[in-house]
This record gives sequence, structure tokens and C-alpha cells, in this order.
Amino acid sequence: MRKRKFEPVRSLLEFRVLSERDILKVHEAALEVMEETGVRFPSHKALDVLEEAGCRVNREAMVARLPARLVMEALRQAPSRYLLAGREPKDDMWIDDKTSYLSTDGCCVDIYDIHSGELRRTTRQDITDACKVADFLPEISYIWGPPVSAQDVPAVIRPLHEIEASMEGTTMHIQPETVISEKMARYALEMGAVVAGGREALRRRPLFSYMQCAMDPLGQDGGSLEASMVAAEWGIPTGFMPMPMSCATAPATLAGNLVVTTVDAVSPLVLMQLINPGTPVYFAAAPTAIDLQTGGYTGGGPEDFLLAAAFGEICHFYRIPLAMGAFATGAKEPDWQAAVDNCFAALMPVLTRTAILNGAGTLNGSKIFSFQELIMDAEIYSMVAKVAGGIEVNDETLALDIIKKVGPGGNSLAEKHTRRHMKKIWQPTVYDRKPYGAWLESGKQGAYEDATEKARWILQNHEVKPLDPRVKEEFARIIKAAEKELG
Amino acid sequence: MSDLEKIREGVLEGDIQGVAGGCRALVAGGMPPLDIINQGLIAGMAVVGKKFKAGDMFMPEVLMSAKAMGAGIEIVKPLIAEEDVPTAGKVVIGTVEGDLHDIGKNLVVIMLESSGYQVVNLGVDISPREFVDAVREHKPDILGLSALLTTTMLAMKDTIDELLEEGVRDGLKVIIGGAPVTADFAEEIGADGYAPDGPAAVELADRLLA
Repeated sequence: MRKRKFEPVRSLLEFRVLSERDILKVHEAALEVMEETGVRFPSHKALDVLEEAGCRVNREAMVARLPARLVMEALRQAPSRYLLAGREPKDDMWIDDKTSYLSTDGCCVDIYDIHSGELRRTTRQDITDACKVADFLPEISYIWGPPVSAQDVPAVIRPLHEIEASMEGTTMHIQPETVISEKMARYALEMGAVVAGGREALRRRPLFSYMQCAMDPLGQDGGSLEASMVAAEWGIPTGFMPMPMSCATAPATLAGNLVVTTVDAVSPLVLMQLINPGTPVYFAAAPTAIDLQTGGYTGGGPEDFLLAAAFGEICHFYRIPLAMGAFATGAKEPDWQAAVDNCFAALMPVLTRTAILNGAGTLNGSKIFSFQELIMDAEIYSMVAKVAGGIEVNDETLALDIIKKVGPGGNSLAEKHTRRHMKKIWQPTVYDRKPYGAWLESGKQGAYEDATEKARWILQNHEVKPLDPRVKEEFARIIKAAEKELG
Repeated sequence: MSDLEKIREGVLEGDIQGVAGGCRALVAGGMPPLDIINQGLIAGMAVVGKKFKAGDMFMPEVLMSAKAMGAGIEIVKPLIAEEDVPTAGKVVIGTVEGDLHDIGKNLVVIMLESSGYQVVNLGVDISPREFVDAVREHKPDILGLSALLTTTMLAMKDTIDELLEEGVRDGLKVIIGGAPVTADFAEEIGADGYAPDGPAAVELADRLLA
């Protein structure tokens, strides 16, 4: 087994959910909500910045009303293309409005143990293992998460251990979602600076970026805001992820949900640009609808697929890259439902050229991590990549001369043209195409069993460039200082 | 249709104004307040509960019904002594320290209230100390703790430890919920139960107090 090279996906297919007019209507509605109703920013530091820029601020409710003029200016200042760097340059990703990349998901609390198959609570070691398998899979371009929570580490310093554990498993870019306070953000960036070789080097090659969750509808989380303000100050990319649920934290109608999603993604971008104009920001989103029976989060389903594609189109309109919550099925095991969910959830955003798809490798609505699911999700993505590539029509691909030469009843097997092009035919790694007899002989091994074997093989054989011992020492010093201050 | 039937129907339909108006008319007509509550409002909500369980009604419809019942209770309640208001039990509930998420917890509150529980909702970011104080003040049968984040779920354990230390854990049922939480975790931190969603929380409360 070897790591194939995987090109970032550039969809050549055209696919639209919203018309230009629809997008403008959602945009205008979002501006109206931001200016008239306002957005809750539960941080006085954030409100100070917004007030000074001309927002009307209600300190008691901690709500800022953002003038449309200010919002539009901020959207113009934010870059449309920027680098998310790896620890090694081979893992660099240029984020723009044409290319799609896939990441893991975060941050599961349970894991299907790769050896016993049993469900158990996650540990720090599981982060490194999950990252290691992701590092091997060519379809996965970076680590969002951590993929699982380091529950065996004290909560006060857990986010820092999660960053270190991730780096022990991969050289890819890391985007932690658990750094949700100003102080933690500073310690985490200090760790980044150690690896990058200083603060300026980290700004030029951001080895990690932040992901913060919004508090829908029309609100942000105070700690997350202050963490992202540190990122903006350092010039490190940050994204905000609204997850409005139709019928609960958003209107029942999907258009209304898009308005809430847009407000909760755009409003923190304004704050970031006020702090440091030109600082890279991405939109993130995982809009959905509630489960009508329980009121709970669904994780998958046709509303999610439509919302994902539509919000991708809205982000193109703003020319801001989008990290879309995809995959992350609500299924409890890697089964039929997981496959249905994750095929749609991967295809729709790729066809609308979404920059980043978050979510490979999880079950039960991002609560259970599965190595097999990670491998099978990567395989789904490779199929989607092939589909998105479309069909090229020119003299070489029409192959008229070959058709004529082979003639009625012949075959193309031994033609040079075939040899030249056959490797563009999609190749499975775990997708089962064995003949029936061979399948019986293998003890009825399908994709799941093959993925299990593959995961075990990767964990045993794949080597990731380790962290420099001096870096580890510095990390230990930083984590100790954090423990002393925050513990 | 009798007047009480209209109240029951109004609760089922989630007709807030209809239920409030109907209750006002019944009070004016001299019907005993407890009859209005038991045979009108609670009886109507019981039908809602059954239909919801059978999958014939959805969560948003249940919440509308609960609102309608609440509007009726508001009108009748001032006429009776508090101890006479029928209750399935008293619940104090809140989101633990450091966590601002409350939509799931609020769903649980509404589901409990519409099932006859008296609920004191403390809100979000509640410290162990504040939970202890609330337990002392309200003397609930059940304490509900909610958390959405992997970083804040451990505050549930801190809260339970504080209850133990302060000597208010005995006789109190502690239940927990929220996305990262599981039944195993509940057991691990010494809670009495875990429920994954609003309807399950009601079943859990019923079971613990049976």
C-alpha cells in the first residue's frame, strides 16, 4: 500500500440551487437583519471595537447593529484566496473559490476501537491515531477537530494537548475547534509560533487556523469571539460556524435558515476585519433542520444537502471561502444510511465548488469516531472527485481513430490509447468489486472489513515525521505555564 | 361540544387565545378552578402526549399545545393555593458553568412542564455553587444538568461533587443531558440518569419519581 497523490478537486460540472436573484434576496435580508435587529456579541471587547466603527450597541443585551455599509466594506477587505499551511510544504492548501478539500471532523467523544470493535470513550492517543490514518489517506487534506476529544487530559489544558497530539499524527494543517477563550488562543498560537519559527513566520505560513461556533440565531459565543480576536491580531485565519436548525434556531423554511446562517457567518467577519483589515476569514456552516420527533440535531437528510449547496453559492457571491459541514452522518454505524448521507453530503458542496468539506470519519452526528468510516468517507470523496471532473470532449478523447480501427465486435484492450488513458478510470481501495466466489472465499469480506484491515495496517506501518524534540520541550513548557495560569 | 371539551380541543390545536378565552369564560361561569385544570388543560395535554408518542404530532406542535395550556394555567392559577396546583414533581434545571447553550435544555423544560412538572429554569453558565443554592432554595425532586461542549461536560461532575460536599445530594435525583454526554458518563460521574432528548427526559423523570 502506498499513498497516492491526490489533486485538489476542481469541479467542471455546473450545478445550481439558487438563482442570482435568490442570492441577492438572501443577501439583502441578511443585511436588513444585521442593521435593524442586530447580532449578540457577548464580549465587551468585541462590542468596543464594533461601537467605535459606528455600530449601534446595546450594552445590556450585548447586541450590536451593523450598518450595511460597514458589512459590505468588511466583505471587500477579506481575502478571497489564501494559504492554509502544513507543517511540511507538501501539505499546503491554497483556499479559493474553485478548489475543494476534505478534512476530518471534530470532536467526537466516543470511538469504535480499531482492535476490539467496541465503543469506548476517546483519549489523547486516539487523536494521534485518527490523524495518522487521515495523514495516510490522500483524499484528506487537513485536520479539523481534533477528530476526537482528549478526555484523559485535564479540561483546562486539553485544547493544547489536542493540538500537540494532532501534530504527532500528521504534518497536515490543523484547525482546532476547542480553543474557545482568549488566554487559550494565545497559548495555542505560541505553540504554532514554536513550530513555524516565530510569530511572523506563523502569519506567513499559518500551520493552524481557528474554527469557532456561532450561537444561532443572531449571536456568537463570548469566549470564542475573544479567541478569534487574538487570531485576527496575529493575522491567523478564523472561521465561524453557524448551525441553525430549521424549526428551532431558524425558521422552518430553508430560505429563512439561509438568512440566519448568512448573518451568523458574516457578522463576526466584520469584527475580524475591523481588528486587522485583510485578515483571512472563512465562512463555515452546518445548517440543518430539527428532528421533528425529538427536537434533536439530525446530521444528514435532504434539507442539509440543499442548504449546503445553497450556502456555497452565497459564499461565492461574497468571494469568501466556505468550510461546509458535510459527511458527519447521523447513522450509528458505517451502514446504508451513512453511505446515503455522505454521498449526497459530499457531492452537493463539491458541485457548488465549496472550498472545504469538514466531516470525514464520524457517526451519530459527529459524536462517534470510526476509522472504517474515515477510510470509506475518503473513498466516497474520491468518487465524487471523479464525477465532478465531468467528461472531456476533444479529438483525443473522442478516439475516433481507435473506434474505426477496432471496428465491429473488436476490443480496445491492447491499444496504446487505452494504456494512455486507463489510469483515469476510478480505482477503488475498499469498495468491493470481488467476484461472488472470491467474496465467499474471503469469508464475505466487504468494504467494512477491508477498511478495518487497512486502518490497522496504516496504524502499524505509516510513519509521520515526528515533532522535533526541542519543539516538544517548548510545548511542555507552554502547557505547564497554561496549567499554572488556568488550572 | 362541552366547554371543557373546547378547552381540551384548544390545547390539542395549540390555540392560545381560544384556550385563554375559554378558561376566562369558565372561571366567570363559576366552574371550580381545579376542574378546569384537571379535566380541561391537563386532560388536553394528556391527549397531546399520547399523539406525540404515537408519532401523530411533531415537537413544534407539542410546544404550541404547551403554550396554550400555559396560557390557561396563567388565568386559573391565581384562584387556587399553590400547594393545590397538581404537579408531577419539581425540577431545577440549568446549563453548567462555562457553557452558554440552552436550546436543548429549554426543549426539555417545555416538555417537562407540559407533562405536569413544576420547573425552575436557572438559565446558562450556572456554577456548582449556584446549583447548590438553588437546590437549597427550591427543594426539587430532580436536578437537571445540561452541557453541549466536551470542555464543559466535566463541570457536571464538579456540580455533583459540590452537592455531595454540601450535603444536599441525598434524596435528590440528578439527571444529565447534552450532545457529548452519554449514559456511561452519567454513571461515571454519579448522576442518576441520562436522557438523549426532551421526550426521553420526561420518561426518565417519570421513572425516577415512580
